[in-house]
Amino acid sequence: MARTQLQFEQKPAWVMSFVDSLVMIKRSSTHIVRNTDQLLGTFFQPIMFLVLFSAVFGGAISLALPEGVSYLSFLMAGIIVQTVAFGSTTTAVAITNDLQKGIVDRFRSLPMANSAVLNGHVVSDVFRNGISTAVMLVAGLALGFRSSASLLDWLLIAGILLLFTLSFSWLMAIVGVLAKSVEGVQWLSFVIIFPLTFASSAFVPTEGMNQYLKVFAENQPISQVIEAVRALMLGTPMGDHLFWAVFWCVLMLVIAVPIAINLFKKKTNN
Amino acid sequence: MTKYAITVKKLKKAYKDNEVLKGVDLQVEHGTMLALLGPNGAGKTTTVKILSTLLNSDEGQVTVGGFDVKRQPDKVRGVIGLTGQSAAVDELLTGKENLVMMGRLYRLTKQSALARADELLQDFDLVEAANRPAKTYSGGMRRRLDLAVSLIATPPIIFLDEPTTGLDPRSRIAMWNIITELKKQGTTILLTTQYLEEADQLADQIAVIDGGKVIAKGTSAELKKAIGNDRLVLAFTQSNYVKAKKLFVSEKTMQHNDEDHALSFALKNTTKDTSVILQTLQKADIAVAAMDIHKPTLDDVFLSLTGKKQAKSTDKEQK
Repeated sequence: MARTQLQFEQKPAWVMSFVDSLVMIKRSSTHIVRNTDQLLGTFFQPIMFLVLFSAVFGGAISLALPEGVSYLSFLMAGIIVQTVAFGSTTTAVAITNDLQKGIVDRFRSLPMANSAVLNGHVVSDVFRNGISTAVMLVAGLALGFRSSASLLDWLLIAGILLLFTLSFSWLMAIVGVLAKSVEGVQWLSFVIIFPLTFASSAFVPTEGMNQYLKVFAENQPISQVIEAVRALMLGTPMGDHLFWAVFWCVLMLVIAVPIAINLFKKKTNN
Repeated sequence: MTKYAITVKKLKKAYKDNEVLKGVDLQVEHGTMLALLGPNGAGKTTTVKILSTLLNSDEGQVTVGGFDVKRQPDKVRGVIGLTGQSAAVDELLTGKENLVMMGRLYRLTKQSALARADELLQDFDLVEAANRPAKTYSGGMRRRLDLAVSLIATPPIIFLDEPTTGLDPRSRIAMWNIITELKKQGTTILLTTQYLEEADQLADQIAVIDGGKVIAKGTSAELKKAIGNDRLVLAFTQSNYVKAKKLFVSEKTMQHNDEDHALSFALKNTTKDTSVILQTLQKADIAVAAMDIHKPTLDDVFLSLTGKKQAKSTDKEQK
């Protein structure tokens, strides 16, 4: 029996389910700091990608770029979006891990909101991706990347990336619920993300691709996000990229969130 | 309020063709402890999962704390604490962080969660480890933390699913002390175990479950009467054996085994009877070569209740 008098929150249910999510966000965010292996990955993987790609492909590809655009400047938007996309797999891994260990059973025996577990992982993933992006920008600046973007452009870039990482993490949440093991997550997310990031304008201009691939590569969600960010960073014409980037991300969110939550409820009720 | 904190009527559950529960009936009175005793695959964990709202039943009626588990799962979750078989703590969080997090999810205010966490860390001897991540804990510490977590909001009803399986003897006894203390404070407890000794030590009532059915119910004394008492087994050298056998020949509780030169006695009062027998031997100057007190085991329970050996453990109920 408690020696201190226990006080319970007396707030409406919707406030409490919000508090549940905050508690779970705190939990998942603490994981970012405590999981040292993952933390190293968060810092060094983006730097490694940036250095490798710009050094290996830079010379060959710069010939295909418009006058005055360096490969590093071209690459920046692509590699940030790619890193964020791969980074969102941690949501899937974390959810699969929770499901495999007994902790989800414990959460479910509590009077808490079910979706809070997923909210926690998705939001902490946004933090982690924010760290990766910042690291990459600093590394890019050190390597000679310069941008003509204004403060407002940068805020817009941050907004697009935020929306993208949120929507992609929710997509990965579905993978996390469906996968039976962490290995399964890695395989499944690789199959989804790798084609999407490579059959895109992330690393090379799409001019050289065959016509079918080109149509796909220019219109798929990740390319639209990359092109919108790139236009803002380099001051090139925006066209309708911003519209499509936001359209795809919102569409992904609207579809993925209810599916992920429902699958999670179903999976945990057996 | 009724007399019972938990009632289970004709509970059935099947996974596809595999009938795990074939009509379980149980009642647990407020403030008492029921031990659900049975081998692996008997349906213990499935029962606990249904009672703690983690699993839907196929048939039957279950109320916990006066609430129907199917219709009012949220109400049930507000009055129960669950300690499952796998220690369900967050390994990357510290012991204290785990406690506070779960307290908040039980809807405790921040101050209450913090104060209660400190209290439990003290009670469960985890103060020194409070600020270390749970992954650095030993098995016993992890179980203690797990149990502490389920007590954070002092729920009136606690489910303990095999709380001592896999623990070393010292940790097991520490866990028993904690559970006994909980019972003293008036918590209603449903405990599952594979160990007769554990059920005997802790519980007011024991329900023996096998093959998805409760095959016997009663107090520990009632069940023991059915299965027999402790036995004292004494072994002798051949010459001493003959002398000793002659000495106890009129003793009704004695059985002899000529092949092993051993005598065995059914004990009503283990300490007293053993001492009387040994003194008798001492007076007659007969040396004992080996001695053992044999406690009835789950095997004995099954042997006497079902007339057959315990079914080989199947892990069917685990998914």
